[in-house]
Amino acid sequence: MKQSTLIWTLLMIFGGLGLLSVQIFRTQGAVYVREVPVEAKASQPESPEQVYRWSKYQQVPAKEKGEPGVSFSLSRTIGLWVAAFCTLAIFSFLYGDNPLYKFTESVFVGVSAGYAMVVAFWTEIVTNLFAKLLPGLARISFFPDMEEGTKASLLYLIPLVLSVLLLWRLAPKGSWIARWPLAFFIGATAGIRLISYLEADFVGQIQNTIMPFIVFDSKGAFLWIESLRNSIVIVGVLSCMVYFFFSIEHEGIIKYISRLGVWFLMVTFGASFAYTVMGRIALLSGRLNFLFNDWLGI
Amino acid sequence: MKRTIPLFISAVTGFVLICTAFIPKFVDWGNDAMAWFNILAAFAFILGGGNLLKMQLQKISAQQAGWGYSAVTLIAFFITLIVGLLKVGVHPNINFPEYAWSGDYLEEGSAFWWLFEYIFYPLSATMFALLAFYISSAAFRAFRAKNTEATILLLIAVIVLLGRTYAGVWLTSWLPNEPILGTSGITYSDFHLSHLSEIIMDDFTTPGMRAITIGIALGVASTSLKVLLGVDRSYLGSDQEA
Repeated sequence: MKQSTLIWTLLMIFGGLGLLSVQIFRTQGAVYVREVPVEAKASQPESPEQVYRWSKYQQVPAKEKGEPGVSFSLSRTIGLWVAAFCTLAIFSFLYGDNPLYKFTESVFVGVSAGYAMVVAFWTEIVTNLFAKLLPGLARISFFPDMEEGTKASLLYLIPLVLSVLLLWRLAPKGSWIARWPLAFFIGATAGIRLISYLEADFVGQIQNTIMPFIVFDSKGAFLWIESLRNSIVIVGVLSCMVYFFFSIEHEGIIKYISRLGVWFLMVTFGASFAYTVMGRIALLSGRLNFLFNDWLGI
Repeated sequence: MKRTIPLFISAVTGFVLICTAFIPKFVDWGNDAMAWFNILAAFAFILGGGNLLKMQLQKISAQQAGWGYSAVTLIAFFITLIVGLLKVGVHPNINFPEYAWSGDYLEEGSAFWWLFEYIFYPLSATMFALLAFYISSAAFRAFRAKNTEATILLLIAVIVLLGRTYAGVWLTSWLPNEPILGTSGITYSDFHLSHLSEIIMDDFTTPGMRAITIGIALGVASTSLKVLLGVDRSYLGSDQEA
């Protein structure tokens, strides 16, 4: 074992033991919940008169421990420890690729795929397809608030057929048939995006750039700050567009204008980079806050 | 049959939707198409899940290197799927208690919510947080003020980073709120990093973003036309498919 690897390993082992001892002695890492009883009566007149009772649990700060109605939640406490384990396992990649990271990465892939499928099922397939095709059945199963007598929209048989054709791709033979729904998908995207992008992003941005170089207030006084700001935006957009225009050679005056455009683009990229870094650091601080505050209670 | 029909479908769908944008009576067709589009996208997730299953099962049956991780992926996938589809631990909607399936699938306290809250969210947030280290180390190694452009990028990144944090406020808080001699209305405090960052974001990044947005819009429009006219057929894949 290399000396540096040995040092890192020892550091991680001692760090882990330290965290565990902190947990044991400070009795942190536990979640407490308040029981909220729920009582509801049957909604439909034809339903038998009955009162339904169950309890909901709201998470409360650990300092409320011992108050009436507040109890220890085993499932959420296990969840907290699982979340801490997952966080540390992913961070362990900074030390190098290791089995712990690979394990959590595999869990992440599986859970993400399952999560996406479940969300798609409940928000689209059930809500927008099943409820449109079989409104009566949808009403007595998932959506009792649906209006009674809603008629089925048979037009939704088309996306159903296209969807079945899409799943055909998994079949050993005839997978080419999945190109038909894919073609609809691509065609619809192209048609919708072509208009929306030209309208909002092309025409809209040009419209926003057409503004006065020299600005006066209602009394006729010259507003030099506003004039300067407008001029910077107009000159900036034009110079950037000149830089993006490759049909003419960037020589002479064009070269200088496009150079100015590059400078504006560098400003944009610099600011975008700063925002990206800040976003990631905000996420990192969120995770560290979870580890030190929610889990360890330090 | 394998290529002509898909080309025809995409061209007709696309051009019909473009035409509906110009005929107010048929504007709703665009909304219907979007609804169908979303349903197809939902089925595409099922297709994705099916593909994941196929690939991981192949890995396990062939006992390839790391097949144990494939098993872990499949177990996690099935648990999430079953728990989410069966609404395990979800109570009925309080307004309709006699309908057992009327509750929200992401209700707090349910098994699916638990998986989201304690596994999916921590894992995805930490994965992205990990990038903070790599983005910083890459920037530290790659950023060199070699020429004017690189210097501008570096300088702006530093100003915006500092200006949006407490460090920026602390570093330039000593600049007084007094006018600079020979100027009309400009004060020293205008050079606070937080203020400079605001000016950069409002006035200097707008032109760049605007030009990029215009370029993207033109790119999308031309690519869409190429697809609809059948010039770009890459989405059809190869002819070798079964």
